[in-house]
Amino acid sequence: MSTPINTSKRQFLRQATLPLWLTALPAAVWAQTPVTPAAVVRFHAELVHATYADTLAAAETLQAAVASFVKAPDAAALETARRAWLAAREFYGQTEAFRFYGGPIDDDKGPEGRLNAWPLDEAYIDRIQGRPEAGLINRRSVAITKAHLSQLNEKGGEENIAAGWHAIEFMLWGQDQRADGAGQRPASDFIDGQAPNADRRRLYLSVVTELLVDDLRSLVTAWAPGARNYRQRFEAGGTESLRKIIIGLGSLSRGELAGERMEVALNTQDQEDEHSCFSDNTHRDIVNNALGIQNVWLARCVRRDGSLLQGASPAALLTQVDAALAQRLTQQIALSVTRAQAIQAPFDREIIGGKDAPGRQRVQAVIDSLVAQAKGLVDAAAALGITRLNLVNA
Amino acid sequence: MKHDLQHRSRAHFAWAGLLAATVAPAVLASPPLPADALPGGQTTVHATGRTAFSFPLANLGDAERTRFVVGNSFFRRNWVEAPASTTARDGLGPHFIARSCGGCHVQDGRGAPPEFRKGLHDAPVSLLFRLSVPGTDVHGGIVPEPTYGDQLDNNAVQGVQPEGQIDIRYRKVQVRLKDGTRHTLLHPTYRLRDLAYGPVVPGTMVSPRIAPQLIGVGLLEAIAEADIETNVREQAARPDAIKGQTNRVWDVFAQRVVIGRFGWKANVGTLAHQTAGAFLGDIGITSPPFPRQACTAAQEDCLQAPAGGHGEQTEIDANTLEDVVFYQAALAPPARRQPGHPEVIRGQRLFQQAHCAACHRPSYTTATPLFPRMSSPAVVGQTIWPYTDLLVHDMGDGLADHRPDGRASGRHWKTPPLWGIGLIHDVNGHTRLLHDGRARNVTEAILWHGGEAQASRDFFARLTAAERSALVRFVESL
Repeated sequence: MSTPINTSKRQFLRQATLPLWLTALPAAVWAQTPVTPAAVVRFHAELVHATYADTLAAAETLQAAVASFVKAPDAAALETARRAWLAAREFYGQTEAFRFYGGPIDDDKGPEGRLNAWPLDEAYIDRIQGRPEAGLINRRSVAITKAHLSQLNEKGGEENIAAGWHAIEFMLWGQDQRADGAGQRPASDFIDGQAPNADRRRLYLSVVTELLVDDLRSLVTAWAPGARNYRQRFEAGGTESLRKIIIGLGSLSRGELAGERMEVALNTQDQEDEHSCFSDNTHRDIVNNALGIQNVWLARCVRRDGSLLQGASPAALLTQVDAALAQRLTQQIALSVTRAQAIQAPFDREIIGGKDAPGRQRVQAVIDSLVAQAKGLVDAAAALGITRLNLVNA
Repeated sequence: MKHDLQHRSRAHFAWAGLLAATVAPAVLASPPLPADALPGGQTTVHATGRTAFSFPLANLGDAERTRFVVGNSFFRRNWVEAPASTTARDGLGPHFIARSCGGCHVQDGRGAPPEFRKGLHDAPVSLLFRLSVPGTDVHGGIVPEPTYGDQLDNNAVQGVQPEGQIDIRYRKVQVRLKDGTRHTLLHPTYRLRDLAYGPVVPGTMVSPRIAPQLIGVGLLEAIAEADIETNVREQAARPDAIKGQTNRVWDVFAQRVVIGRFGWKANVGTLAHQTAGAFLGDIGITSPPFPRQACTAAQEDCLQAPAGGHGEQTEIDANTLEDVVFYQAALAPPARRQPGHPEVIRGQRLFQQAHCAACHRPSYTTATPLFPRMSSPAVVGQTIWPYTDLLVHDMGDGLADHRPDGRASGRHWKTPPLWGIGLIHDVNGHTRLLHDGRARNVTEAILWHGGEAQASRDFFARLTAAERSALVRFVESL
């Protein structure tokens, strides 16, 4: 009885043929057969691949819209590109549950910093109000190529962001100067003779978009089935891979989403501390992050084509060991999604005010739920017998 | 250096530390580990890799984790030039070295001297240069160079000149150990150039200081003054050359002279003073204790530059400053790697025999820090293993900067804590050690020891290759 955790783990492995205690999980088709850690890990890899593939497809649509826009810049084409950016972010936000364990997205060579770094210093990229000469775009000696922008990204400071979603966002929307809406960059910024260096602005937008698509493609490749790649190692990783899945969920829940993306913003009440500040899309970022966590937990996601992908889930695995905990955690994770959906746009207004401001209370409610679910995930990890694997491995 | 920056992904530690907290008891249950396997006691996290220095104390409370995240954001994110559309973080400069604390303490870790390519090097960022002229101020501290102040700022906002640049040259020094093994040490010289406001006054003293890793600083702050005084007495009673002494420094928060604990010469007494001082000196951010920019009378462009912040207030307010101090105080020491490995145990014995532990004192039980509001109850009453006496020692000519700082002479350096030393490579991708990063690994750092530590260094140089390797392995297990 030295480690009760191990005892229960052994029990659940031995009792694999016992009927499962079903929770309120939707469509538990997999409940006929016991869920094994290996099955959960295998399906997780499929889910990751599918979500990145959908993100890539949406980003390619964005790339096409950007190509049309830079060919013939006008307000309508700009609006189309903006919509394509917003649509692609719906999927990318869900992929952030696959971060934080040194996988393809954020290992030593991972593209995370080139894909989604924020906040960015606008003046590093382009002119801003009061500084017409600022930015890489207005320094004609600076080469605008994928390799060079990669190199310039985060050079000399973490906010010197040259590439990624938010660089594209800044190109499409411009600075957010208004209290009640997003940035208002005019299409004329991209038209020769109407704005200085419009040619370089067009080039910049095309190149950063291409870089984004390249990086997303590399992630799809890393998680592609049947190849000698990260996915192959991940699927063979057993409980260690299960640990990674839970680290991703817990890290996004507590430190990143609750902490970096909401608690800091509540503290400073500053627009710079909102994730997608140019487009005022932060409220969707929050929902999609929360949804991404739920996708992983329940091993299900709605594909870009509307179909439902579903398989062996960490929730089902936990149910076999501690059904009450599994149910509580599943409900908590669902509550986070519901509460996130209640945040009103724009987020930079939602965070303003005193303690009892309704917007701040809505944001705080999401934080509280995320903090509770992070604790639940720690309990879940312990129940699944994977805590010892968090030991150092030098 | 940009490769070390980990942008957003660092944020999750507030959570992961929680996981680590639940792990610790299970670790202790079986198999038995040495008592010093957990250098921070209950605060210890189980972490390796690039983020190993960025976790909050394992036993940190919930509300404190929120404060940790907020403090982290102000530690890591860039300050921007005033005026700017952002109001929370404007006021960078006029003179500065880095745009954020994390610019030098990359990943809360250790800085390195700039890399050389074809004999040239970039401007150093995480290596700063202190300046002073002979004499002492009313509190026994240094007298700043009249034109440039107490440090060289090699960067500036638009319309203001950087104070100057620094040239680094390394001379190769051959060292031969008893068994014939040769090592080449790098002996640096530093030269000021491109000084924007004319030459420095004759007799100006320059001292290089590398940004150290920040893990456990809240625990170091909780070591009782009496324990540090005990170190002085015990060393005074030793028959050998080891005679450490305390530095005594003015603390702007305590408004009195306290024992120095931080900085390479123990020239700062508290984390709060260190942080407010670095905000002003390194980033150009004014704060309630240091409300005026460090521009000297000769620096007109600096004096005329616009200030950031909010009207009458300083560029960082008291609460935010305290959150940043708290953040650092709450950074956890990681667990040792393979503390029970036979070679590590052998190395630990040699570490004792070489009298390394006379100055690198292994263990303390912590008391309450001077400013509990800027720290956590989690640091109190812990058995910790930092391997430092927090005293300054004569380290010999080779390391001397010839620039006194308080009671520390031009040959004195503070014993740095050794915890986390084996993880610097994981976190920062290098193994540069000592006050200016001249040592490229633990062996070189040991071979640089002179003065009071000469006998220990010579002991090491007489060991067999296997023994030296065991001793280094022990140090790297910390």
